[in-house]
Amino acid sequence: MSMIEPPDLGTPPVAGDVSVSLTIDGREVRVSERTSIMRAAMLAGIDIPKLCATDSLAAFGSCRLCLVEIAGRGGTPASCTTPVAEGMVVSTTNERLDRLRHGVMELYLSDHPRHEIKGAVGEAARRAGVEMVRYGVPAACHADAHTDESNPYFAFDPAACIVCSRCVRACDEVQGTFALTIAGRGFASRVSASQQEPFLGSECVSCGACVQACPTDALIEKTVRTMGLPDRSVVTTCAYCGVGCAFEAQVVGDEVVRMTPWKEGKANHGHSCVKGRFAWDYATHKERILKPMIRETIGDAWREVSWDEAIAFAARRLKEIQAVHGRGAVGAITSSRCTNEETYLVQKLTRAALHTNNVDTCARVCHSPTGYGLKAAFGTSAGTQDFDSVDHADVVLVIGANPTDAHPVFASRMKRRLRAGAKLIVVDPRAIDLVRMPHVEAAHHLALKPGTNVALLNALAHVIVTEGLVDEDFVRERCDLAAFQAWAAFVADDVNGPETVEKVCGVPAATLRAAARLYATGGNAAIYYGLGVTEHSQGTTTVMAIANLAMATGNLGRPGVGVNPLRGQNNVQGACDMGSFPHEFSGYRHISDEPTRRLFESLWGVALDPEPGLRIPNMIDAALDGSFRGLYVQGEDILQSDPNSSHMAAGLAAMECVIVQDLFLNETASYAHVFLPGATFLEKDGTYTNAERRIQRVRKVVEPRAGLADWEATQRLSNALGYAMNYGHPSEIMAEVATTTPTFAGVSYDRLDALGSIQWPCNDDAPDGTPVMHIGRFARGAGEFILTEYVPTDERTGPRFPLLLTTGRVLSQYNVGAQTRRTQNVVWHPEDRLEIHPHDAEHRGVADGDWVRLASREGATSLRALITTRVSPGVVYTTFHHPGTQANVVTTENSDWATNCPEYKVTAVQVTLSNGPTEWQSAADAQNRRARRIATIVAE
Amino acid sequence: MDASRLTSMANQIGAFFRAQGEAAAVTGVEDHLRKFWDPRMRREIVAHLRAGGEGLTPAVRAAVARLAQD
Repeated sequence: MSMIEPPDLGTPPVAGDVSVSLTIDGREVRVSERTSIMRAAMLAGIDIPKLCATDSLAAFGSCRLCLVEIAGRGGTPASCTTPVAEGMVVSTTNERLDRLRHGVMELYLSDHPRHEIKGAVGEAARRAGVEMVRYGVPAACHADAHTDESNPYFAFDPAACIVCSRCVRACDEVQGTFALTIAGRGFASRVSASQQEPFLGSECVSCGACVQACPTDALIEKTVRTMGLPDRSVVTTCAYCGVGCAFEAQVVGDEVVRMTPWKEGKANHGHSCVKGRFAWDYATHKERILKPMIRETIGDAWREVSWDEAIAFAARRLKEIQAVHGRGAVGAITSSRCTNEETYLVQKLTRAALHTNNVDTCARVCHSPTGYGLKAAFGTSAGTQDFDSVDHADVVLVIGANPTDAHPVFASRMKRRLRAGAKLIVVDPRAIDLVRMPHVEAAHHLALKPGTNVALLNALAHVIVTEGLVDEDFVRERCDLAAFQAWAAFVADDVNGPETVEKVCGVPAATLRAAARLYATGGNAAIYYGLGVTEHSQGTTTVMAIANLAMATGNLGRPGVGVNPLRGQNNVQGACDMGSFPHEFSGYRHISDEPTRRLFESLWGVALDPEPGLRIPNMIDAALDGSFRGLYVQGEDILQSDPNSSHMAAGLAAMECVIVQDLFLNETASYAHVFLPGATFLEKDGTYTNAERRIQRVRKVVEPRAGLADWEATQRLSNALGYAMNYGHPSEIMAEVATTTPTFAGVSYDRLDALGSIQWPCNDDAPDGTPVMHIGRFARGAGEFILTEYVPTDERTGPRFPLLLTTGRVLSQYNVGAQTRRTQNVVWHPEDRLEIHPHDAEHRGVADGDWVRLASREGATSLRALITTRVSPGVVYTTFHHPGTQANVVTTENSDWATNCPEYKVTAVQVTLSNGPTEWQSAADAQNRRARRIATIVAE
Repeated sequence: MDASRLTSMANQIGAFFRAQGEAAAVTGVEDHLRKFWDPRMRREIVAHLRAGGEGLTPAVRAAVARLAQD
């Protein structure tokens, strides 16, 4: 294998139907009007020298290397900034141009460290024929400039910088953070982070766009400096959030040197965030467990064993439990971090080898209400658009999502559209960054009280219905009219009027009315939502209310509109698609559906149970009553991520066999009897499906460090249980998915390689996939309006617990932090902090940085306070990335009525000054110390 | 499983369907319990009803009564 190097055409593509003809170096070229001469030349195979130009950024015309001559025009214009014209005759090289380029290049090199004349600069110098510089070492130069090493992942050497502004433009145009600028004037000009601060102390979010853009290696990954340039690369998909960025993993030998965002990736278009770009060295972290381990009881030390022994032990334990307590006494949890193929295999093992439907997935605790709600309204359990759709939006409504932290690469796309003039409505208890940041400001921020989403959305619907803003043609043609009329009458009731609802949700009626009018009348309106919608007792109802709004205003079925769930983990969508829920097979078909069940029974050769199985919280409840005793958990840390940790710990402790398959000894593993070492995304083949239903390849970059890819371990376990699986490669598993799942019928590894990625449904009706769903007709036929009565949560504040806690995540960390805590991302978020409003803090005598005790009816933890007006009075907020804090000790078992998705976003709490860890924290620490002992090391 | 927790969960389902009217609510709750609740959970909520059904709202009580006829 070798490096994959896509061509850089110099300037971005230009959309347009009108094309023009011109001649470049004697070649006839036809391109779209407004295309740059540089791009036209590159498309014709003529490579014009350049340093400041790249096709991911608007042309700038700074480096003056791309000069050309145009017949009939004076001067030597920059080809990057000069558009083509009909009949134009261009010369890109001749004696005059070569002389000019030689002079330009000499000037660059005169102030450039000799050892840095390599890469693009070296190539430009070579092409310009510059072998020596006439000017010697000038009295004033940048050779002694101080290198900024502050960022843990990249360095900036001003001496090697040519001040071409590519980094500044990348930060502005691609990332939208505006952290960089050119400080000083003339010869003193230099790239500056913020106000000439170190990168680490600036507004820089370490997305890597500047490093990617730098043509001179002045900005360079530290791994490249220490490990050298890569010699081969593999295109794969990021394993962090649901954006699903494509990356080129660049490798020396069997070591990854760097991950660079893949320009052809249709989800990220060559952009990245700090996690995917840099936070991958957890894969080689010293705490990785690389040997299978077993133990009789959780009080014993772990014993390292062979794969065969571990698998046999696990299978024997599960079979023994079933023999005594019945088939339904065991179950499995599939992972949204693992591949589609691995997920499909775990649910197949559960149904076919364990003969039970007790299989669930971590989507249970995040987006299960999305699946339920959107299927009921539209007929499909998925978002309606592709990410590119946002480029056509005129109004963006973000509710219960924090894209700049949780989905940063898509947030950059969104910010670009907002900078171009689209209006923004933010519905969130916190003032997330999008509310006001450089060149982006929300038209309306609806800072509602946690737990009142449904009331608020009903109020917006009330305004739309009572003010005559309904798209009647759309409703008449596309939706169930009787259901619409019932819904319209329901929301028109005064109980849903803004003047009533403002007393419930805390948002002024005038703001509710203004936001509703903007959403309904502002042009293409798109809704983007996250876990602030789903993780409520009315999570599913909220999803339905969102769907109602979109249907009532006709904002479905075309680019620029839609209902867009921003999925938390890389493969939440895929895990749901693959049949991970206890009530349905792949493709969201209920297990009671006879034809579907017969299809699987025929293919798998076993009888399948037509009754739904247990969901994760049901499994834990059942464990405590003794009817559930064995659990296989692949790639999820339910003890840290699920609510009410003490309840979860008690449930796990009550089981006789817990099998954890993971990279590290996580919190759940402290209660496990079998540990199967997992493989990172770099160590296996497969596919992920992102938030826009885009199926993308995961390609093996290095061999599995523990010897097996995760799907291979599952297959071995199935075989040991007596149900034969004989897949030779994940592509064979996907072939089975395609055979059994109508929406995946056209998906194969060959097609994925040919197309790059595919958005399901992909079948005979849509052989190349479906970027935008429900065009012309909903998947279920007529769109279904559903009555969404606001039902207050049972979780109430009172004298003992007067504040409302809501939780979320930050840019640099990812969920339970198993991966990101084992990278240098801890520089940005070394601990979970409790955000508290100054009024609430003062009332309690809490100063910024003080240790506080955060207590609810379920439990208490201690952490340090961060005083901020980002939260409203009465609301506190924290993240759940660090097990030492274990924020879920505090959260409750309240859950969504339809799906049991936990109500993480509303917990009544009290905050008091603290003088040490809580009892839970001390006990958990002691338990982990005991449970993580490894007794012996046996060579396999 | 804890009857009070099952009762709470069932009543939540009933609260969602309440807006659709009593008859539709009973059908909605019954359908939901059949499609999404593991049989042991259904057995236990039925047992709870037979033991008096403390805490069950009327529509949920009627829906669980239908399950009890299986």
